[in-house]
Amino acid sequence: MADTATTNVKEAAPVDAQLARVPTVVVDDVHIVYKVHGAGSGRGSATSALSRIISRKRSPAIREVHAVRGVSFVAYKGEAIGLIGSNGSGKSTMLAAIAGLLPTEKGGIYTNGQPSLLGVNAALMNDLTGDRNVVLGCLAMGMSPAEVRSRYQDIVDFSGINEKGDFITLPMRTYSSGMAARLRFSIAAAKTHDVLLIDEALATGDQKFQKRSEARIRELRKEAGTVFLVSHNNNAIRDTCERTIWIEKGELVMDGPTDVVVKAYERGERP
Amino acid sequence: MSTLSDPLSLSAPRGADAGLTPQQLVAKYGLTVSGARPPLPKYVQQLWSRRHFIMSFATARLVAQYSTAKLGQVWQVVTPLLNCVVYFLVFGLILSGSKSIGNYVPWLCIGVFIFQFIQTAVQSGTRSISDSLGLIRALHFPRACLPIAFTIIQLQQLLISMVVLVGIVLASGITPGLSWLLVVPAIALLCLFNTGIALAMARVGAKTTDMAQLMPFILRTWMYLSGVFYSIERNIESWPKWIQLAADVNPAAVYMDLVRFAFDPSIDNRHSLPPHVWAVAVAWALVAFVLGFVFFWKAEEEYGRG
Ligand SMILES: Nc1ncnc2c1ncn2[C@@H]1O[C@H](COP(=O)(O)OP(=O)(O)O)[C@@H](O)[C@H]1O
Ligand SMILES: [Mg+2]
Repeated sequence: MADTATTNVKEAAPVDAQLARVPTVVVDDVHIVYKVHGAGSGRGSATSALSRIISRKRSPAIREVHAVRGVSFVAYKGEAIGLIGSNGSGKSTMLAAIAGLLPTEKGGIYTNGQPSLLGVNAALMNDLTGDRNVVLGCLAMGMSPAEVRSRYQDIVDFSGINEKGDFITLPMRTYSSGMAARLRFSIAAAKTHDVLLIDEALATGDQKFQKRSEARIRELRKEAGTVFLVSHNNNAIRDTCERTIWIEKGELVMDGPTDVVVKAYERGERP
Repeated sequence: MSTLSDPLSLSAPRGADAGLTPQQLVAKYGLTVSGARPPLPKYVQQLWSRRHFIMSFATARLVAQYSTAKLGQVWQVVTPLLNCVVYFLVFGLILSGSKSIGNYVPWLCIGVFIFQFIQTAVQSGTRSISDSLGLIRALHFPRACLPIAFTIIQLQQLLISMVVLVGIVLASGITPGLSWLLVVPAIALLCLFNTGIALAMARVGAKTTDMAQLMPFILRTWMYLSGVFYSIERNIESWPKWIQLAADVNPAAVYMDLVRFAFDPSIDNRHSLPPHVWAVAVAWALVAFVLGFVFFWKAEEEYGRG
């Protein structure tokens, strides 16, 4: 799928500059700071814990990581926006903040409805069987038990876990990493969202499954108002997104049409 | 770099909205702060709609926990039983604490099992946020789901160990009676109490990570002061009134006594259960639950930071 990926959805981008668009996400000068506890001393004994609590000192081991520094943009209904940048540049942090999962230190993030991260992975448990994980994951995403029942078979079929035998009733720890990733993606993609945030979910599974999941993302995009996609595969971004935001060291470097931004990013040219 | 005022930018508002600041856009389209804490009634409603998730999460944790240990659920019962044996040797035989109490073995075992329920609920509540950071950072749900689910896990474990407890009670010669039905409301009240404490401790533990280290000591002190293996009441008869009152309303002692007297109204051959104990138990359950819930909700949007 490497070089066929030039045109797809891009021309669908609205060129009509006169039309007012409906904003779904407004990010206004956002700063996000992680506070890392126990960077030095470790957990320590109960008595040292007591003395720390009594002395009310901020433990010297607290370090701050300023992960996002003053990012602003507005996303509109019907857009699919790619986020690119090197490792540790703050893409995942930005998505988590849009989802309302990380509080902002300064500035504000305003959304239409509750954006959701395609991140059900965290709810799944390796010691549980695949089918229990499907139910748990769906409930964790906020589905009702009736919805879970109606989607269950689709999820299992989409993941293809049962293609080579009855694996869905085995604990997830017995799956190969590809199989586990496929199941996780299938669970996560089972729900439709107003604003969907996808963080590196496409880089999982074999070629066939990657194609299938890209198609599913496009479907989700049609159903969702706005999609954000983080990926290190620039072709996946070109295929899915007409707009791209480039973040580096927590700062917004470029925000524009995917062609222009990805080209600049690949050449390493900062404007 | 493209800014919001740049007319060619994909980010800038167009047409009728051109030139609006982000704040004006937010106001015009009625956008809301992402992840803001909902008002209390809405929060309760969201929590209620997640009840299936809470149950499924609790069951999954329990299954996962035991599927890895070879002896599985057996440990849940063996640990407090071993505790009972040790306490019986030390406090019952060596320190002869059993003299003043009619039927010491069931008296002790009920105390140990009930206190274990309180203790594990408080401990897992304290860790419920920090143990689930991955979940909190990935999905949106009322965070109160977590301490509540952890309390339900402890309740499920208590119910498993209740089977053994009933065996001990029967073996010690107590005959089943109608009063056994009182065990159900007693445990229900205790659950409410534990949930409240777990919610409050979840917030404290999320903020003060050192709390998890300190809790075992606090809980052990509480256990010794609650008369799990000796009658504290009789040892402080000559002490100041306020200390006696404090020992009397100590929630751990209250709930242990409720279950003890429900199993055998004459378990303690000198006293019967004073009627005010039920009132105290109801009061503790309501106060702990309501205050714990509101206290937890107040910090809803702060869980998961850093
Ligand atoms: N949980 C965390 N605690 C502390 N620092 C973090 C945490 N997660 C990410 N960071 C830091 O924030 C910065 C941005 O990380 P991230 O958003 O994950 O980058 P990306 O997804 O672009 O690779 C990095 O410097 C990283 O070290
Ligand atoms: Mg990342």
